[in-house]
Amino acid sequence: MSIKAIQDEIIEEFSMFEDWLDKYDYLIELGNELPEIDPGQKSDENLISGCQSKVWLDAEYKEGKVWFQADSDAIIVRGIVALLIKVLNGQPPKEIIDNDLHFIDEIGLKQNLSPTRSNGLVAMVKKMKLYAIAYQAKEG
Amino acid sequence: MLSTATTKHIILNFNIEKIRDDFPILKEQVYGKPLVYLDNGATTHKPQVVIDTVKEIYEKQNSSIHRGIHYLSEKMTEDYEEARDTARKFINALSTTEIIFTHGATSAINAVAFSFGEKFVKEGDEVLISEMEHHSNIVPWQMLCERKHAHLKVIPFNDNGELDMDAYKEMLTGKTRIVAVNHASNSLGTVNPVKEITRLAHEKNIPVLIDGAQIVQHGEVDVRDIDCDFFVFSGHKVFGPTGIGVLYGKEKLLEEIPPYQGGGDMVDCVTMGKTTYNELPFKFEAGTTNYTGAIGLAKALDYVSGLGISNIVAYEQQLTEYAAEKLAAIDGLKIFGNAGKRISVFSFHLADIHPYDAGMVLDKMGIAVRTGTHCTQPVMDHYDISGTIRASMVLYNTKEEIDLLVSALERVRKMFSK
Repeated sequence: MSIKAIQDEIIEEFSMFEDWLDKYDYLIELGNELPEIDPGQKSDENLISGCQSKVWLDAEYKEGKVWFQADSDAIIVRGIVALLIKVLNGQPPKEIIDNDLHFIDEIGLKQNLSPTRSNGLVAMVKKMKLYAIAYQAKEG
Repeated sequence: MLSTATTKHIILNFNIEKIRDDFPILKEQVYGKPLVYLDNGATTHKPQVVIDTVKEIYEKQNSSIHRGIHYLSEKMTEDYEEARDTARKFINALSTTEIIFTHGATSAINAVAFSFGEKFVKEGDEVLISEMEHHSNIVPWQMLCERKHAHLKVIPFNDNGELDMDAYKEMLTGKTRIVAVNHASNSLGTVNPVKEITRLAHEKNIPVLIDGAQIVQHGEVDVRDIDCDFFVFSGHKVFGPTGIGVLYGKEKLLEEIPPYQGGGDMVDCVTMGKTTYNELPFKFEAGTTNYTGAIGLAKALDYVSGLGISNIVAYEQQLTEYAAEKLAAIDGLKIFGNAGKRISVFSFHLADIHPYDAGMVLDKMGIAVRTGTHCTQPVMDHYDISGTIRASMVLYNTKEEIDLLVSALERVRKMFSK
């Protein structure tokens, strides 16, 4: 499935919620379902520290595709992390670099990815793209 | 402390509906819900009279102060200097020469750290602050200590959020050059014994700076009674405009220390070889000052005085007691900071819910709180936590709003316990 198709699917899913609290309920559910990462991966190297919440991000490159693993100390942030992973996981580096993550805006979570929020998410998206750029460079 | 009979009488005179009507923003809705604004520790809203004043200045009077020969400039200067006198009266300073307008409390502390530091702090000296300071009353002193190779010493607080006065006494030494502490803590709500802190420092001839950013909106301030050498506060936290604040300093000290910024208006005579400085308070007001902000601030201070500080104190005391009781009754809620004397600021955890999660959900319910470290990371380190949820109330908040917060918190707890 392409990044665009996954994003469209998420947008449709979220369009069913009438209330903000229902959206958050769903994000909490996603956050709870996101597999915990290995304690070893919660290293300082993988830590993206925000003033409000922390995010850890690790990545692997296998057979031309990028696989992310991430975690956060806040559940709703974990929910958003789960969505980002759903969209970008298993995609080739070029796709990750070229695609805009417009679903964030469409489902009303833009404020959570504003640079002033300091929750680690903006830096996480940036780091996901940087991983893709690094893997693409490795391929030459 | 007021007697119950007096309190009742005073509260009868405190018309909360009318007061709320004075603040237009309180009628706003967020996400289609009535705004419950409990982030007053960060900034307070403005009464109509302040908004009108600022607007009228730009519409009818705007002109640069102190320099002009024309009518508007004269009038503007007069109003600006009158604002200075209003600020003087509000904190009971002796003279307007002791009132310097700054951008806010932060810039006032930076000014003292620089000017006082240049004159009086040298290698090996000590600067004494407390563990419960806002970053604004930490970083400027750290910068000074780095510049001068001096040492920053920190007065600890106990788990209730009260300063360890015995430790403080021990820390006042022959090397201490200045003590800088807050009057009230923005994250713990503690009201510190600033008069006693000052008295003890003065016994050893050590000057004291009081960061009043969190007190002026809650209670009476009398700098002569405290006897502190410097006192700072921000306009926007006491219902005035942003970008304006006050630095009070005892005249003798202000005369002794050098200006921290050079520019127009702060000079007496300038030649390419040498400049002589203007007299107080202008020596510390380089460039075109925020005269609009100063006059708006004066209106805000007049507004507060008009309500009566004792009325505000009595009303907020009721509000604080009510909030403390209601919050404590919530299952799994833990308050950080239980000092005997406090302002209506509550930092807390709700079960093991991340403060940021709770804050995001409260926001969508129309409730504005702050989450995180509140620019007091050492306070969070004291309790070994990464942050708190903070609800901070002022004179226009109500018991009904506290009830709304409590029911919203109950809902948040349920959402995260699934």
